[in-house]
Amino acid sequence: MTSIPVDPHSGGRVTDNTGNHPGHREPLVLNMDTFGQVTQQVCQVAEARRTPMAWYFLFAISLGGMGFLGFCVLYLILTGVGVWGLNNPVMWAYDITNFVFWVGIGHAGTLISAILFLFRQKWRTGINRFAEAMTIFAVICAGLFPGIHVGRVWVVYWLFPLPNQMEMWPQFRSPLLWDVFAVGTYFTVSLMFWFTGMVPDLATLRDRAKGKIQQIAYGAFALGWRGSNRHWHRYERAYLLLAALSTPLVLSVHSVVSFDFATSQLPGWHTTIFPPYFVAGAIFSGFAMVVTLAVPARELFGLKDLITIRHLDNMNKIILVTGCMVGYAYAMEFFIAWYSGAIYEKFAFLNRAFGQYWWSYLLMVACNVITPQLFWFKALRTSIPIMFVLSLFVNVGMWFERFVIIVSSLANDFLPTSWGVFTPTWVDIGTFVGSFGLFTVLFLLFCRFIPMIAIAEVKAIMPQADPHHEDHHGDAHEQDSEAGS
Amino acid sequence: MSAPKNVAANKAPARPALYGLIAEFETPAQIIKAAEQVRDAGYKWWDCCTPFPVHGLDQAMGIRTTILPVLVFFAGLSGTITAFCLQTFTNSSDFSLWAVVWVTGYPFLISGKPLLSLQAFIPVMFELTILFSALTTVSLMFGFNGLPRLHHPLFRSKRFRRATDDRFFVVIEARDPRFFPTRTREFLESLDPISIEAVED
Repeated sequence: MTSIPVDPHSGGRVTDNTGNHPGHREPLVLNMDTFGQVTQQVCQVAEARRTPMAWYFLFAISLGGMGFLGFCVLYLILTGVGVWGLNNPVMWAYDITNFVFWVGIGHAGTLISAILFLFRQKWRTGINRFAEAMTIFAVICAGLFPGIHVGRVWVVYWLFPLPNQMEMWPQFRSPLLWDVFAVGTYFTVSLMFWFTGMVPDLATLRDRAKGKIQQIAYGAFALGWRGSNRHWHRYERAYLLLAALSTPLVLSVHSVVSFDFATSQLPGWHTTIFPPYFVAGAIFSGFAMVVTLAVPARELFGLKDLITIRHLDNMNKIILVTGCMVGYAYAMEFFIAWYSGAIYEKFAFLNRAFGQYWWSYLLMVACNVITPQLFWFKALRTSIPIMFVLSLFVNVGMWFERFVIIVSSLANDFLPTSWGVFTPTWVDIGTFVGSFGLFTVLFLLFCRFIPMIAIAEVKAIMPQADPHHEDHHGDAHEQDSEAGS
Repeated sequence: MSAPKNVAANKAPARPALYGLIAEFETPAQIIKAAEQVRDAGYKWWDCCTPFPVHGLDQAMGIRTTILPVLVFFAGLSGTITAFCLQTFTNSSDFSLWAVVWVTGYPFLISGKPLLSLQAFIPVMFELTILFSALTTVSLMFGFNGLPRLHHPLFRSKRFRRATDDRFFVVIEARDPRFFPTRTREFLESLDPISIEAVED
């Protein structure tokens, strides 16, 4: 793989910052002493004349996938939803699985940008920008599926609070309508959060731009930002507010998604554990996706000093924790099914594990509960190839989790006479695979043209950014600080 | 902080008016020290431009805390009320009202649930609260900051471009009552910056 040349000689460079000695804070930015170096390191990706060959290669594949997605969607719209394999009784299958899968992926981005911000986790600054980008692109992919699942896409405005030709309004007691508001709000707020965070960095790119086109393009989106501290003051307040607003929002979005299932009467869906279980699963899958994307991106664009092993190590710890939560939820579902004494509930869970979809249940447990346990070991947590493979496993497992919940419950509900089997068609599979194309196209464009790392935020967490930093090193200030204390 | 256009400068383009003086510093510690002195010297129309928010600079400059969070609270409240009214109107009433066209509510009776199902209306009320708050946060933040704007006199300075990279600037505007080109320059020199530059309006 060709990569943008950064610093070919790696002799004497610090690469390991995973130590956990109390009293010694490991640096989050490696091998850099000045703010200018951070700017340079991040901006060189967007400013590079030549794009790495690997980028073109991936972009071509993704574009192909996106094209196929477009074809499948067009075919579906022109022909009807019957081109998918879903039919009575399995009326929700790949489409809703994909919807929940993609929305879930998005949650890690918001967790990193909002919740870790409130918890003052400084390591978030290295990864928040592209995790938020991932959120937005994932929500775009997610929104596609219910949009085309409605069948007659030309009346998709029925989703919105507008009266139809019979002067009837959408039914606000339905969780499906809550979903429209939840996902719509989530997308809007995530986009604003992402953009607001990016404005100072776009200003950096504007001020460094050599060409007229770059200057105008970055300049327009930088909104005339000039780093005024009077602006920074309101900006920081606004950022804190956005984080505080996004935190309950992200928890609510997947809770509302889980209400789509939990408020129904179907055995296997009608459980109170769903909201927290879905949120934990969403964060789990989202972090896996962040690792999947971060590992190649830092390699390809030479960002190893900013997205360090410590960042990846921390993310793997979160994968481990949320993986255990998900495993607990799986066990608790079984316990409640037994403890409730409801025969349909009991059957639904036995059927999940040993019924016609036993293989997907097995895949789900293997990928989501067993593989993350490897992250108990630091050597595995900090090994790039292992974490990459494990994150892929988690992605697969979390897709199957949604498949298991949705399809196995619908296929075998109360009366055996109304049971059925779901088999995907090529359009089902094509749309799903194609959505990855759409996602990667957007992500690759983002990597190439937009500052992939929050430059201003990374600078602010460097030790040099502390106004008292020099007190500990400088000779002139030493006496001052001692006299002061 | 948008500067009112100097009419005299427009009429006589030969000698453009002065926007202000900028002094360049290298570290956060220096800018804080400088900011404290500018503040104490009694300047009003001045600013610090930094590549990232420097901790403690707000106090050093004496910036008053923004009212933004209070306004956002009311925006959120209006979101809650909007969502409540929207849902009760469309699902629990048969009133007619004018919203661009005449529309009428539709009292849905779904599985014997009460017409005013507040519990079922909570999720949408919550979401609109967040949506209204977030939209207000971002738009008011940029609005109060006088952004977006297409140009600013400071962008004329090549040196100032490093304000978004690794340099810290003190800007004293010419419209400040205490501003005198030579005296202010001398004052800035006493702060020990690495450079001082005059920026034209």
